[in-house]
Amino acid sequence: MARVVVDVMPKPEILDPQGQAVAGALPRLGFDGVREVRQGKHFELELDDGVDDETVHQIAATLLANPVIEDWRITRVPESSSSETA
Amino acid sequence: MNARIGVITFPGTLDDVDAARAVRLAGAEAVPLWHADADLHGVDAVIVPGGFSYGDYLRAGAIASFAPVMRPVIEAARDGMPVLGICNGFQILCEAGLLPGALTRNARLRFICRDVWLRVENADTAWSSAYSAGQEILVPLKSGEGRYVADQATLDALEAENRVVFRYRDAALNGAMRDIAGVTSADGRVVGLMPHPEHAIESATGPSADGLGVVTSVLNALVTAAG
Repeated sequence: MARVVVDVMPKPEILDPQGQAVAGALPRLGFDGVREVRQGKHFELELDDGVDDETVHQIAATLLANPVIEDWRITRVPESSSSETA
Repeated sequence: MNARIGVITFPGTLDDVDAARAVRLAGAEAVPLWHADADLHGVDAVIVPGGFSYGDYLRAGAIASFAPVMRPVIEAARDGMPVLGICNGFQILCEAGLLPGALTRNARLRFICRDVWLRVENADTAWSSAYSAGQEILVPLKSGEGRYVADQATLDALEAENRVVFRYRDAALNGAMRDIAGVTSADGRVVGLMPHPEHAIESATGPSADGLGVVTSVLNALVTAAG
């Protein structure tokens, strides 16, 4: 079994009003120095062995992200015992 | 000819009853379609109504675009069947790839619920032929994720091909790019818009009766196709 993380973010050119709202709230709470906040989604997938990155990209492009407005990044999370079997 | 127009209900759909009523008021038969249906029961056109299908989980319209009933809808649309998406239905048609672009959170994050003026930009589609180009109509808008976005090349192509069907008269209403309220497919048979023509079909219950023209348009389109 493998754990894969898919991070989905709005494309840079897409307005992110949620991130802007977070960025606007921080100074009011006394946190200065945050220039920009972008808000996205974080998916953790538990996969059977043999599901390759190409398939995960298809999963991301088909359902997890909307390619019109979002980019995604796939990260394989190393398991503590996986170094022997990987 | 008694046209039969399907109205889809997903879990979380809200406006199917009003859409069906608009269909009947225009003189056609409203055929209820369920999200789990595998076929379209022989309807002549389909309305994908508004609401919050599947609770807007993941993205508005994302889960619904993969519902069983959408498979025959997508096939029929590719063969030229008129399909209208209103509000969440517009989001679903974009997610399904039947219409270009996407709908995102309104600028300033406000849910907008009020009557808005739209300018009919293209009166040649299956769902807008009862209007005249340049006509202004008053219909309710009620959405939190109604901000139409697409890349510049797509927007330029839509404008060049006259595929912007409805535009907000008031600029920067919800942040929609180029104030786009509704667009159509290349063949003019699939239309999606964020405002709700089905809530403006008679003066007793809506701000105007302007919205009924959307349904009478498709009835004309079906008669023309049959004749």
